[in-house]
Amino acid sequence: MLKISLGKLTDLFDAIAEKEALYIPADKAGVAQFTRYENGLKMSDALNTNRSAKDFFFPQIENLVDFKVNGKNIEIIDPRTEQEDFVVFGVRGCDARSFSVLDKVFLANPVDSYYANRREHGTIVSMACTRPAETCFCGSFGIDASDPEGDVTCWKTEDALYLRANTEKGEALIEKVKPLLEESDDAAVEAQKAATKEILGKLPLRSFTTEKFGGDVMMQAFNSDKWNSLSESCLGCGTCTFVCPTCQCYDIRDFNTGNGIQRFRCWDSCMYSDFTQMAGGQPRLTQKERFRQRFMHKLVYFPANNNGEYGCVGCGRCLSKCPISMNIVKVAKTLEGEL
Amino acid sequence: MQGMMISRAKELLQDGTVNRVLGWQAGEFVYDITPAVFESAEELDAGFVYNAFCGSNLSKYLIKETIKEGKILVFLKPCDTYSFNQLLTEHRIDRDKIYVIGIPCQGKTSGEMLKAKGISGITGIKEDGDNVIVETIYGNETFARADVLEERCRTCKSKKHVVYDELMGEEGEVLDSGRFDMVAKLEAMTPDERFAFWRSQLSKCIRCNACRNVCPACSCEKCVFDNPNSGISQKAAADSFEENMFHIIRAFHVAGRCTDCGECSRVCPQNIPLHLLNRKFIKDINELYGEYQAGEEAGSRAPLVNYTTGDVEPSIVYHREGK
Repeated sequence: MLKISLGKLTDLFDAIAEKEALYIPADKAGVAQFTRYENGLKMSDALNTNRSAKDFFFPQIENLVDFKVNGKNIEIIDPRTEQEDFVVFGVRGCDARSFSVLDKVFLANPVDSYYANRREHGTIVSMACTRPAETCFCGSFGIDASDPEGDVTCWKTEDALYLRANTEKGEALIEKVKPLLEESDDAAVEAQKAATKEILGKLPLRSFTTEKFGGDVMMQAFNSDKWNSLSESCLGCGTCTFVCPTCQCYDIRDFNTGNGIQRFRCWDSCMYSDFTQMAGGQPRLTQKERFRQRFMHKLVYFPANNNGEYGCVGCGRCLSKCPISMNIVKVAKTLEGEL
Repeated sequence: MQGMMISRAKELLQDGTVNRVLGWQAGEFVYDITPAVFESAEELDAGFVYNAFCGSNLSKYLIKETIKEGKILVFLKPCDTYSFNQLLTEHRIDRDKIYVIGIPCQGKTSGEMLKAKGISGITGIKEDGDNVIVETIYGNETFARADVLEERCRTCKSKKHVVYDELMGEEGEVLDSGRFDMVAKLEAMTPDERFAFWRSQLSKCIRCNACRNVCPACSCEKCVFDNPNSGISQKAAADSFEENMFHIIRAFHVAGRCTDCGECSRVCPQNIPLHLLNRKFIKDINELYGEYQAGEEAGSRAPLVNYTTGDVEPSIVYHREGK
């Protein structure tokens, strides 16, 4: 275990930022957001960032390919530039796990080279939680908020930051800033972990589980008449999908530049009316079907295709952010009685 | 109040005046309340709730509900009644299929408001006179009610119901609580400062469309931004221009029709104070065309669609130096 006093945290950030791009959670315009570190930027005290960390690997919008028309010639241009190495600091346990969910989609064959490129160059430094919220339920997915995964795991106590490298990438990062760090025993970290575990045991959603869901109950869940009332007041906005660290659907569109095409992709939402629209039309005609799709994907289709792993990490953002307060916990609790 | 509302709703269901009740349903926590339709006394007993977290404006749901068979009972807070009238004016809802009960409102708070105060692990809330006691797994905290109210409620425009079939509790009055103060502050900024303010806010937008979808004034069957044939459909803002313009165009689109219910800012997951754009339009309309409150009276002609010889000339833009 290595440590650095909190008074020297800025030195640590400066040292990392000198070598590669560093992003830390910072309070900006009233919300905590991952922000590129510079000039002693202060780290946010918020439990979590408003948006998840998925943007780093799967940005909301990106150009895939450009076509330039010149007379009878079409030039095909790859808009990608060399991806710089970067560090995302302060990722919570839920978001740290979300990358492995995204990996199952983007790194499965055929590998999404845009995503893979960013994954390769990104180092995740996770931060243990000490004050989880009532909306937190990462424990339901086997995530330990007091000891999160990541290339490096950090614990922030009252006076120091403790660091532990978990992977080769993490070791490499630690090596770069080694002169700033000192060896330490893990007594303070163990004490914090024990205290956090006690709090986790008091959370209102501590016993929430999605265990009844999965590929085996596909048709029972799909055909439940509970979807009517659950989806009744859904606004059909994309808040839940866009704040979700594991939602990974996107749309690919062409933008006419006047003398060519920019082919880009952007996040899509199954809640939207033209989601997966095809020549034959939109397969999900009402909000009920669109709403059902989102929760079936997370609770049933995703585990059916990924050895039982759910498409949720319990970050609780949808619980906080849905304009009508409808969310995966309410859906799972309402449906589980029928399974 | 909640008990009175439930018993009155049961009576109206029982005597056949209505066949459905539109209200609010209790959730997992004290604050995560969902708009819901109740069809029986049992359903009302099981989940109907009315408390400080029932901020959702139910008026827009009536577009969908009045297409269905039968009459529906709806509970409207004072500010929701303005939206209701505006929807009537725009012929979006069927008045004959709605029974409105006006209910009092002391201002609403939200889970997000409490969290902004640094509160976490909320397990309950108690109201004690002008104080609210928030119970959390980390201990209890007491706040003055006024301190945890949503911004729109701290600058409440009216406690008066402008439409109802029946009223519960005491009727309030139209208020003057300084709702244009922040707009005046923005107007007093230099153009560069104002631009910086709006860029820092609008750059947070994730284009989830929650503001649009919750807005009672945004009731187009198909929004141009969702229509692939419009040529301007978007699912993401490609650059800062698009981030800005989506909200500015939307504010123009609802200008003169926005009742200032504040739902746009309540639902924004990125905490963008969108209502300030709308308030700027309302303030300008008041100053340039005379005082007008959308939704105050059903069927009223809004200044922007009603020509009079006293209307301001376009050159006003220069006289006001772009403010």
